[in-house]
Amino acid sequence: MSMTKRSIWPTLGFLLLLLVVPLGFYFYDNAFYLDLATRLVILGIAATSLNLVLGYGGLISFGHAAYIGIGAYAVGIPVYHEFYGGFDSIASTNGLFQIAIAVGIATLFALITGAISLRTKGVYFIMITMAFAQMAYYFFLSLDEYGGDDGLVIEVRSEMPFMDMDSPVQLFLLCWMSLVVAMLIVRTIVHSRFGMVLQGAKGNNERMVTLGYNTYVYRLTAYVISGAMCGYAGALMGNFSSFISPAMMEWGRSGELMFMVILGGAATTLGPVLGSAAFILLEEIFSSVTIYWHLPFGLLLIGVVLFARGGLTGMFRGRGN
Amino acid sequence: MAALLEIRNLRKSFGGVAATDDVNLEVAMGEIHAIIGPNGAGKTTLISQLSGGQKPDRGSIRFRGANITRRPAYTRARLGIARSFQITSLVMDMSVLDNVALAVQASDGHSFRFLKPARSITHLRDAARDMLLQVGLGDRADQPTAALSHGEHRLMEIAIALATGAELLLLDEPMAGLGPEESTQMVAFLKLLRGKKTILLIEHDMDAVFALADRISVLVYGKIIATGTPDEIRGNVEVRHAYLGEE
Ligand SMILES: Nc1ncnc2c1ncn2[C@@H]1O[C@H](COP(=O)(O)OP(=O)(O)OP(=O)(O)O)[C@@H](O)[C@H]1O
Ligand SMILES: [Mg+2]
Repeated sequence: MSMTKRSIWPTLGFLLLLLVVPLGFYFYDNAFYLDLATRLVILGIAATSLNLVLGYGGLISFGHAAYIGIGAYAVGIPVYHEFYGGFDSIASTNGLFQIAIAVGIATLFALITGAISLRTKGVYFIMITMAFAQMAYYFFLSLDEYGGDDGLVIEVRSEMPFMDMDSPVQLFLLCWMSLVVAMLIVRTIVHSRFGMVLQGAKGNNERMVTLGYNTYVYRLTAYVISGAMCGYAGALMGNFSSFISPAMMEWGRSGELMFMVILGGAATTLGPVLGSAAFILLEEIFSSVTIYWHLPFGLLLIGVVLFARGGLTGMFRGRGN
Repeated sequence: MAALLEIRNLRKSFGGVAATDDVNLEVAMGEIHAIIGPNGAGKTTLISQLSGGQKPDRGSIRFRGANITRRPAYTRARLGIARSFQITSLVMDMSVLDNVALAVQASDGHSFRFLKPARSITHLRDAARDMLLQVGLGDRADQPTAALSHGEHRLMEIAIALATGAELLLLDEPMAGLGPEESTQMVAFLKLLRGKKTILLIEHDMDAVFALADRISVLVYGKIIATGTPDEIRGNVEVRHAYLGEE
């Protein structure tokens, strides 16, 4: 896993393709692929953040969609109050403010739920992270003012300095650059001393504790960083879809993020992004073939999560993890 | 000699079984203190309570005079207690060098450092490489840990315990599963540590124990029935009956 230096070129190449191809289509009057790519890239950020805990930390968090929801509501709720009054202190269309709220609340949510979840192990950890995400889901479901079950249209996109989020190209560029930064952050972290401890605890927690590492705190830190990044992805998602609803944080969405990481290749830099690409592609194919696509698609996801070893990146390298 | 480790009235039971039954033991600074005893005597359980992996029911453990009975495992390592495992416990999907470097890193201040690549930090890597050279695994450093033999894993356990820089090494059957040649090598290496480290050594191999130990304690059914020099233990009638029994 960590012995051989992997070439960075496939990663750079794929990121470049991801940048050039959708823009190319867009300038030849096909906006559809830019839309698809923007969503792909946002999901790529979320999957990259999940990879930090799932891939490198070995912590199977089944609740990461909650952070996407939190991030998206952090855009939607301030805009709602800006338009319809009430709650003056948070009413705002300022993107930096919204992102700060998104990241801040995601951080807090990760800190609290992580502190509790990380006391458990194995299947209990999976269940409890899922339970916390469902709590967030039902919380937003119960907020009738923001549409409850039906969700809420975000009237305007975030106002950002030097850019216009209403421009699909500029929004895409922001998302793409954010993805690159997210990948760099995760890559830097996992190679650092902190990252070595995190990976060591994944391989053999007892050994790491016996060496003197309080692995609980290391894992919690990784969990919080991951949650914060995923919250940021949520803020982008809110801007992209201009619509928020509790459905964004259903457990199935969390499962899809896991699928992306595992299919693409856990504990690799490019894996989660490849996984997001595969996910978007499969979703398009399945949904165009049949309207009853959810079931076969879901079965495929489960199959991959259970049986894929090393994921796509592992396959391209010709070995299973 | 001042006692580095002081165990008083330590007890631990699993259900009805007293795995540690009122154990009193002192390990002096710099000595190699062996614990022998039949299978299931409670040797590993004793070590686990010293390293913090298991909590005693009663009694106290003092290290350098400080009461560490209730301290979590990770703080004991920082105080200077390292442990090797009877059943090899390594990070199998990391390289040999990574495993040892993590042990060096553990005593090199906190690891909440996020920027610099750990594998490029020369003092960690050099110290780890040096440690591997000492145990004879210099040429295996860059291999995946999973690719090494059982004997090499046993050596890694020792290298890791040493690499933490701990004063007290708790070695749980370092010779377990080694062939005669590998055992001889291991004994020779442990001899080199005499006077440099304090060692609590659990071992079934009597030749190794008598060759290495300054003092020996005999543990039977959780109780220490005798403590003394190798000669005293050899001559102890009770010990012969209970354990060495063959003559
Ligand atoms: N986690 C546990 N739960 C229940 N019983 C245990 C546990 N660990 C150890 N025991 C019991 O405690 C006793 C002491 O076990 P321990 O492993 O400490 O012995 P040991 O002297 O190390 O034996 P060996 O020479 O086989 O390694 C045994 O009877 C064992 O079955
Ligand atoms: Mg044992």
